[in-house]
Amino acid sequence: MDKLKLVEQSLVADNLPEFIAGDTVNIHYRVKEGEKERIQQYQGVVIAMRGSGPNRTFTVRKMSGNIGVERIFPFNSPFIAQVDVKRRGKVRRAKLFYLRELRGKAARIQERDTKGKKK
Amino acid sequence: MRGLVGKKIGMTSVFDEIGRSIPVTVVEVPTAVITQIKTEETDGYNAVQLASFDRKEKNISKSVKGHLDKAGSEAKAVIIEFRNYIPEGLEAGDELTIEDVFSVGDIVDVAGTSKGRGFAGVIKRHNFSGVGDETHGQHNRLRAPGSIGGASDPARVFKGMRMAGQYGNTRVKVKNLSIAKILPESSVILLTGSIPGPNGGYVEILNKSSEG
Repeated sequence: MDKLKLVEQSLVADNLPEFIAGDTVNIHYRVKEGEKERIQQYQGVVIAMRGSGPNRTFTVRKMSGNIGVERIFPFNSPFIAQVDVKRRGKVRRAKLFYLRELRGKAARIQERDTKGKKK
Repeated sequence: MRGLVGKKIGMTSVFDEIGRSIPVTVVEVPTAVITQIKTEETDGYNAVQLASFDRKEKNISKSVKGHLDKAGSEAKAVIIEFRNYIPEGLEAGDELTIEDVFSVGDIVDVAGTSKGRGFAGVIKRHNFSGVGDETHGQHNRLRAPGSIGGASDPARVFKGMRMAGQYGNTRVKVKNLSIAKILPESSVILLTGSIPGPNGGYVEILNKSSEG
């Protein structure tokens, strides 16, 4: 089993910044349109992370107009060009599925104080 | 055919160049020692015999040890022959690494001993779907095979009728897998798809892309 873990470690991309559920992130996603490739941006709140090693994914939720949109990204997808952490959120659980029931002001997340901490 | 002996480590997944997630099997392939080269003149057929995977010397028989000593090899766990493999410029005692035999993208066959399932019923063994309903009065033949043939004519059961019996623990070959990745420093290769046997089982990997 240890050897499998070693191999998986070598497959995992480590170019993404650290973020957890509750954080607001902006994802630069490569989109292929025919021959051309361009970058699409997608910004929202991370509401869940699941899996480990090469199969790790995170779910990002945003409100597009009045409609909630959720996208699941694999951490190791070659299509993710860049991830910017826009805001650190203060939340008390790892999965924020309760946000789906909330709208507007109720769906806000308090900002986490990251001062004095390393990164 | 060229080949090497491997040990199944487990499965994981990788992304390919167009972003698809590909299931892969991780196989450990240590450097093998050529212990004997069989030729048509001496043995009636061409083959290369390889020894691989270190084992303590006290755990191999003296006859095996004597054979390995002839090639100057340490004690090894597995000795396997690859038929119709005529190595150019190699002789007994030489070593073969992953990169000597495989490169990324090669098509390979993998043979190994499948997981033993013991005496299995027809549902597990032959993908039967069982008999009828769970309810409506039926109570005891949910996983039964059903009818196995006629009555007084033909008055016997035809040969080859699929029935319960030993399933697994036989030699199985999976064909046309490709090599997704080679990690030479940890002597590991990643093969697309699944291969027979449990994690830790030994498998033969045959390279179909190369001649000789």
